[in-house]
Amino acid sequence: MDLFIIFISAAIVNNFVLAYFLGICPFIGVSNKTSSAVSMGMATTFVMVITAIVSWLLFNLLLVPYELEFLQIPSFILVIASLVQFVEMFIKKVSQPLYRALGIFLPLITTNCAILGLALFISMREYSFIESVFFGVGAGAGFTLALTIMAGIREELELANVPASFKGAPITLIVAGILALAFMGFAGMI
Amino acid sequence: MVKQVPLSKEFLKGLWEQNPIFKQVLGMCPTLAVTVSAINGIAMALATTFVLVTASLLISTIRKLIPNQVRIAAYIVIIATFVTIVDLVMKAKFPELSKALGPFIPLIVVNCIILGRQEAFASKNTPFRALLDALGMGAGFFIALVSLGGIREIIGSRTFLGIQILPDAFEPWLIMILPAGAFLTLGLMLGFANMYTDRKKRIEKESLIEQYKRVSKVEISMAQEGI
Repeated sequence: MDLFIIFISAAIVNNFVLAYFLGICPFIGVSNKTSSAVSMGMATTFVMVITAIVSWLLFNLLLVPYELEFLQIPSFILVIASLVQFVEMFIKKVSQPLYRALGIFLPLITTNCAILGLALFISMREYSFIESVFFGVGAGAGFTLALTIMAGIREELELANVPASFKGAPITLIVAGILALAFMGFAGMI
Repeated sequence: MVKQVPLSKEFLKGLWEQNPIFKQVLGMCPTLAVTVSAINGIAMALATTFVLVTASLLISTIRKLIPNQVRIAAYIVIIATFVTIVDLVMKAKFPELSKALGPFIPLIVVNCIILGRQEAFASKNTPFRALLDALGMGAGFFIALVSLGGIREIIGSRTFLGIQILPDAFEPWLIMILPAGAFLTLGLMLGFANMYTDRKKRIEKESLIEQYKRVSKVEISMAQEGI
């Protein structure tokens, strides 16, 4: 039950994008089309789950026993950067169709603050291993959800009569604000 | 030889012309997340500026020693080192601020403004120019964060830097200090910034056309007289 709460909390109530403002850059950049939003969300979820596992192992098996917690920022970012590289090479080798679908989005994920944020939250909140995995899956699901909803709205927005100065980033942010208000309705759930 | 940009320009361009928030729309995550109040915005902007300035200085100094293939990794390690310094200092000296900003101090590492400036500027310029550029960008970021944080704090909790400035009769807008308020305020600010730039451009264009018309009229009348 506890695991379920962690999952729902990360995915909906404390949505990474709309409540914690993590991963805003891809949220604004890649939310033009629903298809690319889903691909980006899937790629991010995939990397998030692996990051959750690896960063938990790194923090609890290496940094804590040797009292090297102060190295967590450089070590996390290096691990994430190399992880993304490995994932890219692995997918390229194993599944060509998947690589074609996710390929261009993978390098972008390195600088996605949602990934590093996830790793930092896991070490900060002292989650257990299983909890970390559920947290990673939930955060990824929440990111995909927010990105897909946003892409759907923006596809409709193409037809709307938006003032010229507000086209692009400004109107996206305003829509995101309304979306964040809507997501606040889930606040009482947990 | 590349045309040299005047030194003052390197600094001033970050304030408005290439403002990282209003013009380049970079580094959105910390901008939206920490600006519940002006003081948080100031702390975040100062921390980011420190990392930006020190990283720019170091990277532009050793730019010829970094092999091109591993430059991004090298930049990230250097940035992460300075961010660790900031994080530890904040935890030791300003524990309350550090708690309020939460994971967003470590997250300076992935702030696109910093990596972007290293890639676009510090890796190609002398340390002094890189310093001016970093200071300018930091100042631009500071202006954006303080104005956003100030607006949200004044309307959301009636205070500015902790001092009450709006009367008690004013009902604070709770939405401004909630996540939704950050998105709405920044969206409106970006929109109005665009509107201002567009208007300035249009006025310039119109005055150019006006000038052109006047000149051509004179030329035509001169030509007619000549005949």
